[in-house]
Amino acid sequence: MKVTTEQELSEWITSATSPLRILGGGTRPVGRGVAGEVLDVSGLRGVTLYEPQALTLVVRAGTPLAEVEALLAGEGQRLAFEPADWRGLLGMAGEPTVGGMVAANVSGPRRVQAGACRDALIGVRFVDGTGTVVKNGGRVMKNVTGYDLVKLMAGSWGTLGVITEVAFKLLPRPETAATLLCETLSPEVAVAAMADALGSPFEVTGAAHHRGTGRTLIRIEGFAPSVAYRAERLCARLARFGDWSHIGEGGAEWQAVRDVAAFHQMPGDVWCLAVKPSDAPGIAARAEAEDALFDWGGGRIWLRVAAGADLRARLGPVAGHATLIRAAAETRARIATFPPEAPPVAVLARALRDRFDPKHLLNPGLMG
Amino acid sequence: MQLPRPNAEVIARKAAIVSRLRAVLPSAAVIDDPAETRAYECDGLSAYRCPPLAVLLPGTTAEVATALKICREERVPVVPRGSGTSLSGGALPTSDAVILGLGRMNRVLETDLANRFIRVEAGRTNLSVTGAVEGEGFFYAPDPSSQLACAIGGNIAMNSGGAHCLKYGVTTNNLLGVTLVTMAGEVVEIGGPWMEAGGLDLLGVICGSEGQLGVVTEAVLRVLPKPEGARPVLIGFNSNEVAGACVADIIRAGVLPVAIEFMDRPCIRACEEFAKAGYPDCEALLIIEVEGSPAEIDDQLARIGEIARRHDPVELRESRSEAESARIWLGRKSAFGAMGRINDYMCLDGTIPVSALPHVLKRIGEMSRGYGLDVANVFHAGDGNMHPLILFNANKPGDLEKCEALGADILRLCVEVGGCLSGEHGVGIEKRDLMVAQFTEEDMEAQMRVKDVFDPDWLLNPAKVFPLEASAARRGA
Repeated sequence: MKVTTEQELSEWITSATSPLRILGGGTRPVGRGVAGEVLDVSGLRGVTLYEPQALTLVVRAGTPLAEVEALLAGEGQRLAFEPADWRGLLGMAGEPTVGGMVAANVSGPRRVQAGACRDALIGVRFVDGTGTVVKNGGRVMKNVTGYDLVKLMAGSWGTLGVITEVAFKLLPRPETAATLLCETLSPEVAVAAMADALGSPFEVTGAAHHRGTGRTLIRIEGFAPSVAYRAERLCARLARFGDWSHIGEGGAEWQAVRDVAAFHQMPGDVWCLAVKPSDAPGIAARAEAEDALFDWGGGRIWLRVAAGADLRARLGPVAGHATLIRAAAETRARIATFPPEAPPVAVLARALRDRFDPKHLLNPGLMG
Repeated sequence: MQLPRPNAEVIARKAAIVSRLRAVLPSAAVIDDPAETRAYECDGLSAYRCPPLAVLLPGTTAEVATALKICREERVPVVPRGSGTSLSGGALPTSDAVILGLGRMNRVLETDLANRFIRVEAGRTNLSVTGAVEGEGFFYAPDPSSQLACAIGGNIAMNSGGAHCLKYGVTTNNLLGVTLVTMAGEVVEIGGPWMEAGGLDLLGVICGSEGQLGVVTEAVLRVLPKPEGARPVLIGFNSNEVAGACVADIIRAGVLPVAIEFMDRPCIRACEEFAKAGYPDCEALLIIEVEGSPAEIDDQLARIGEIARRHDPVELRESRSEAESARIWLGRKSAFGAMGRINDYMCLDGTIPVSALPHVLKRIGEMSRGYGLDVANVFHAGDGNMHPLILFNANKPGDLEKCEALGADILRLCVEVGGCLSGEHGVGIEKRDLMVAQFTEEDMEAQMRVKDVFDPDWLLNPAKVFPLEASAARRGA
C-alpha cells in the first residue's frame, strides 16, 4: 500500500487490522524483520515551508534527503547533524527519506558539537496506531509548550506513529573547514588527543580515529581567518600526541567517517556503541573486533566483528550500550538489535507503545 | 485561576500521613507547621498562593523513593520543587499536596572533564554547576536569568533556556541522563554519560514534562569548554522593522552570534532611566554578542557592523573592552529591575517565527493601547523567544485580570503567527487554559497518554500543563 496524503494514511491505519511494515526509502533495514503488509510513505513528499532567514525548514516525511540537502545548500545552509547514508554499509539501494532519518535518529560526526538529529528536530506530525493525526512542537526553535513528543518520535523507528511531517532548526553552512590528520596514533593516544581537542575552546566539529589505518581526524569550521587561527593553535596544542598535517577541508574523509565507508563490502557484523570516550579503546580491545572506527571523540564506536558473535555477551557490563546494525537475518533473529533495557525502562517503553499503538500495527517487534 | 477541588479525605488524614512520613524520613525533612509551610505557598508566579499540606525535604534518592511510595499509597498529590523560581506557577501547591523540595540534594557527584560531563544532584543551582567546572575552563551552557537561584531539577522540568540558546541550545540539548523516581517509588536510570540514551527517547520526553512524570533526583549534564572571550555590539534603529530585517540579514550571512537581544522603545527608556547605561533614545536596540579570540571577535563584529550599516542605524557601538561590554549589557540585564521600579509587571514568554517580528510588535502595540496597559518588549531575537512585560498595578482592583487578559491575547497572537505559548518558562498553571489555542484535543490526548504511563493515578504536580476539563476523567474529578 502506498499513501500520498496524511489523510489517506490516517484512514488506512484506522481500518488496518494486521501489522504494517512502514517503508520510506527502505535504506535502513535495521532490527528484526517485520512480518506485515508494506506501508509505503515515500509518496508524502514536498517542502511545506522554508525560511532561510529564520533557519527553519518544514518538510513532508517521504521527501528524499538528497533533495532537502540540495535545497539547503542552495541557500548556504544545512542540517547540522550531518545525517549518515547507510546504503553502502548495509548494501542497499533506494533513496533515504527525511522521515526515515528521523525515525532512526541518524546523526553523523558533527553530532559531537552540533547535537543529534533529535536536537535539530523542532516539530513533528504523525499518525498514531489508532489512525489519529497528532502534531507536537512546531516551527520555532524555542518551545516548551506541553510535553516534548518530538524527541520521543525521533528514534522510535515508526513504532509509536508514522511520521508525516518534520520541522528542523537549520544552521548556516560555514565559509570553510580545516581537517587535521595524524597517521601514527594508537586508539588510546588518539582518544586522549581527541579529548584534548574537544576540550579546547576551538569548537571542534569532528573527531574520529580509524584503527585499521591508524588515521585520526580533527575538524574545525567557520570563517576563513578563524579556521586558519584555530588550525594552527590546535596543531601546536596536539603536538605532544604526534605530528599533525593540515589536509584542507577534508570533505571526502568526513563523508567516509559519516557513512562508515571502511566497513563497506567487508565481511562480518557491524555494531554501533555509545560509551564514555575514555572507555572506548578498552572496549574495542575486549570486543576482539576485526576493525574499529571511533567517532565523536570515542563516544561512538563502530565495530566490525566476526559474523554471528554476541558482542554484548563478550563485553559483559559496559557503561553505555551496543546496537547491532548489520548482521545476517539468522543473527538478528537470535541477538537483539537494540540494547536490552533495564526492567523498569522496558515496562515504560512497552506501556508507551501500547498507548500509542494499541492494536500493535506499527512495525511490531522491530525494537524488541 | 481555577484549581482542582482538594481531596478533603486527604486533608482530614493529614496527621496520620505526616506521622507515616516522619517514621521513615529524618525529622528535619518533614515540615507540617503551617507557619513554616507558608514559605512554600508560591513560586516565582507570586500572584497565586496556596499553602501545601506538608513539605518534604529529602536528602537522598532513596528517601525520595520512600516518600513517593507512601504518598502514592495515601493518594497524596506531590508537587516537586527545585528552588521555586518558576514564572509559570510550575511549583504551586494545592492544599491536599505535599511539596517535595530538592534543596538539600545539591552535591556534585562526579566531574569528568576528559569525557566532558558532570553528574549532580537535582537541587544544585544552575550557576553552581558552572562554578564546579569553570576553574578548569568549562561551563554548563543553559543560562536562565534566574541561574543564581534556580535548580537543575527545575531546569529539567521546564526545559529551561536562556540568552545563549541560539548557539548552545536549551536544557534538553545539554542533558545526557537522569535518575528518575516514579510515583510508585521506583528508581529508574535513563541515559548516562554517553551520547544517545538508547531505546525510545524517554529522556527527551522527561525533560520539559514539568515534574509530572517523575521526580528527577540526579542529572548527568554535558559541560563545554569556555570560549576564549566574548564581546557585544550595540546597534540602535529607528524602527522595529529595520531592526528585525538586520537580525535576518545577520543570520543569512552565516554569522552565528551567541546572543541577539532586542529591546523596544518602552524598554529602552525604562532601562536607561534606571541603569543609565547610555543607550540611545531610539525605537529598537540590538545587543549582539560573539565569541572567540580577540581577532575572531573583531572579524565577526566587523561583519555584523557591515550588515548593520546597510540598515542605517542611529547608533553602532562596538565594545573594545570589558568595561564597555559591561556597560552595554548593564541596561539589558537590569530590564526587569527597571520595570519593577515603575510598576508591577507580568513577564510573558511566547515564541514567534523571527520573520513575524515586525507584525507582532505592531499588534502588541495596538493591543496595549486597547487595554490601556503599557507593554515593554525585551527578547531573544535570534530564536524568536519574546518576553513582553505588561505593566499593571496590583493594588488597583481589576488590573491583574486586565493584565492577564492582555497577556492571553498576546500569547494567542504568538500561536496565530506560527509560534507557541511558551519558549522557556513552561506552561505551569499560567498558560494551562491557553493550551487549547495551540493544540487540538488529539494533540493533548497524545501528551496525556505519556502521563498515564508514568503516573497512572495523576498524582504528580497536579493542576499544571493540561486544562482541567481535558484531564478531568483521568483525575477522577
